[in-house]
Amino acid sequence: MSQTVAQIIERCQMLFDDLHFTSVKEWKAAVPGRKAIGFMPVYVPREIIHAAGMLPVGIMGGGDQLEVIQGDAYYQSYICRIPRSTLELGLTGRLDCLDGMLFPSICDVIRNLSGMWQILFKDKYVRYFDVPQNYQDGVGGQYYIHEMQVLRDDIGRLAGKPITDDALRASIAVYNENRRAVQALYKYRAAKPWQAPTSEVYLVLRAGMVLPVEDYTQLVRDYIAATDAVARPMRDNARIVLTGAFCEQPPLSLIKSIEMAGCYIVDDDFMLVMRMLFDDVVETGDPLDALSKSFLHRSMQTSSKYDESKKDKGKYLLDSTKLNGGEGVIFAAPSFCDPALLERPMLQSVLNEHKIPYTAFKYAENTGQMAPIREQAGTFADSIKLWSAA
Amino acid sequence: MSTPVQMTPPQASKKPVPVAQKEDAMLLQKAMINRNYLELATAHQRGKKVAATFVPGNLNELVMCFDLARSLPETNALQNGMRKKSGKMIMDAERDGHSEDVCTYVKADLGMMLGGEVGPTGDPLPRPDLLLLSYTGCFTFMKWFELIRQKYNCETTMLHVPYQGDGKISQNMRDYVVKQIKENVIPSLERVSGVKFDIDRLRQYMKESAKAEEDLVQVLQSAKKRPSPIDGYFGAVYYIGPIFTAFRGTTEATEYYRVLRQEIEQRVREGKGPITPEGEMAEEKYRLVVEGPPNWTSFREFWKMFYDEGAVVVTSTYAKVGGVYDFGFRHDPEHPIESLAEYCLGCYTNLNLPQRIDMICKYIDEYQADGLLINSIKSCNSFSAGQLLILREVEKRTGKPAAFIESDLVDPRYFSAANIKNRLESYFQMIKQKRTAAAGAVH
Ligand code: SF4
Ligand code: SF4
Repeated sequence: MSQTVAQIIERCQMLFDDLHFTSVKEWKAAVPGRKAIGFMPVYVPREIIHAAGMLPVGIMGGGDQLEVIQGDAYYQSYICRIPRSTLELGLTGRLDCLDGMLFPSICDVIRNLSGMWQILFKDKYVRYFDVPQNYQDGVGGQYYIHEMQVLRDDIGRLAGKPITDDALRASIAVYNENRRAVQALYKYRAAKPWQAPTSEVYLVLRAGMVLPVEDYTQLVRDYIAATDAVARPMRDNARIVLTGAFCEQPPLSLIKSIEMAGCYIVDDDFMLVMRMLFDDVVETGDPLDALSKSFLHRSMQTSSKYDESKKDKGKYLLDSTKLNGGEGVIFAAPSFCDPALLERPMLQSVLNEHKIPYTAFKYAENTGQMAPIREQAGTFADSIKLWSAA
Repeated sequence: MSTPVQMTPPQASKKPVPVAQKEDAMLLQKAMINRNYLELATAHQRGKKVAATFVPGNLNELVMCFDLARSLPETNALQNGMRKKSGKMIMDAERDGHSEDVCTYVKADLGMMLGGEVGPTGDPLPRPDLLLLSYTGCFTFMKWFELIRQKYNCETTMLHVPYQGDGKISQNMRDYVVKQIKENVIPSLERVSGVKFDIDRLRQYMKESAKAEEDLVQVLQSAKKRPSPIDGYFGAVYYIGPIFTAFRGTTEATEYYRVLRQEIEQRVREGKGPITPEGEMAEEKYRLVVEGPPNWTSFREFWKMFYDEGAVVVTSTYAKVGGVYDFGFRHDPEHPIESLAEYCLGCYTNLNLPQRIDMICKYIDEYQADGLLINSIKSCNSFSAGQLLILREVEKRTGKPAAFIESDLVDPRYFSAANIKNRLESYFQMIKQKRTAAAGAVH
């Protein structure tokens, strides 16, 4: 029997709320010897972990429900919150179910956290995972293929057997399927945002951080089908693109507040790992080469990646706004987030050139007071409506 | 990057300090610095092109092969900080839409541009013809030059230097940097300058670098002596100036370090302590290792809090931000490009946390320090994220007390003199107590 939206969202909400990662533990317990590898935002090639029969688990911080006590002792007040809540998760044993942890090259905070993890969790596999900022196949590509090969060897050792090319190609196919499903979800939301509110879509995306990819692809498809089956009222909301939330996550109540204030979110940069690569990775030939080419030539622009030339800056945001019928942009960045906050003025100047309205605010994953944000988003939505009516 | 360099040497003490050689080194440095600002100011009139680049992992020897004038925006920010000009620049940048949360070096630089691109010495600073974005040890560098490019449309060449996440430089990392230098950086430099690359010229500069590096190491390591003849933090920022910036590879720099080394060796022979802005330090009471950049806006006031108490910083991690030379690395003219890569990969903030901790513990041991002081910089995630763990680990491993203070590089709003002074005083007390306790245990 097909599930209702309420049932699907309830399941996602449970996964989201569970800071003990019970689903990961259950997955591991189902077959003795299974292993799970955590990763932080924004991107790692999960195909490599999957190909070893392991579960990649996205660690997106502690959210607003976790009381951070120990983690705070490791960070000054002027550093964002995600590293401290992630440490809290680790130090309180909540991440014991992970056999390793990957720290992607996104910023100096996550970079340094990789070393802290090496010191504090000596019995776990820890790796800082670098991606190239040079996008030539023979230069950055070669480097990246080597880095992936190291990861592949390490994970293979952890699994007790090497990861074969065939296994990798099969995993690429599985993730291609998943990419298509997630893209379909984004497309669906952009077309009918009243049918797929972001407060739901967000929970669906978060489920993808802990569920096995095969189940998750099904869940995404189920959600689209279930929500499309029952019409919901369409409101005269402003269509906005939300950007800047690629690492530390806003509280769910913030997303709800934006929607309640009269905005439909038609694109965002949540959980980029699932959309980092724009399209299918080639399923034949050398799999690492294929993953590399996709990353170098067909991947998302985000603050942690270098833009080769001035004209590239803001291109994705602009295209996305146009393509998705966005009427404005909300810059929502974590406090003290250098990558998001340094990127912001550049993106804003591009929007200015194209006369696209925007508004900006900062948040922390545990921001409690939503009234100011609701008010700001409301004013922004109203101004967009006035603008379009004029 | 939070980087030292090129400042006016400390004023001679009110009491006369008749150390002729000391003055030689200082005069040499001052002349070099002023000349570089003048060269920058007149570069375009003289038909010269200008490259802007960052301090850590800079490719100075290579850039010189193309006759380019070199501008270092971190140095400009620092200089403006010391001249108390940075506060306004930062606020101007914030008014222009930059967040109060981000690195203040970037904002001081952007603020300076908004203010008409007048450099710290009052000479105009030219718009760079090339942004050489070699980013070692800090992601903010990447955004910094993207921001400048956005505004001024300068040609940009990027050199991605991978981080030592595993605590070592792998062959893959080395190859990647070498390839970028050969295939991207050199062709861009050739195109912008119109000068053809000559590897022998590069080798020649690197020979000079290696000589200067050797002398610098001797100077920095002289602090292992008791009393230390130098201050390895406040004093060292002067010593590292030329080599971390536009001068490494020049004969002037080699000469500067030769003279400096002689001076310091003389001080050792005479059993003298470091020179401070108020003269020679009388008694060395505390020997500290410092982690983190200094504060520039109240540099003198900050330093005074140390020498007034007889505290000498025997060595600092900051003095390694533009190159870690004390464990043997030297630019190698026999393998010029490979050695440039090695240099970039090895700078201090490109080391992982366990390496940084190892280095500090080693320093405490080798320099017989009483403990570690961390100056945590609000601006700088590259240095600061993780410092509290560094503190704990170093205390645990060495048994020596550590202390933590907070300030900023160039934002005067974040320098609270009273707080810092209090902290330091109780820290010195703590060291004293530890010593007494240790002495008690022996008797
Ligand atoms: S929120 Fe920003 S600064 Fe903090 S870890 Fe993430 S990317 Fe880095
Ligand atoms: S974050 Fe630190 S290292 Fe990076 S540019 Fe700013 S001061 Fe320098």
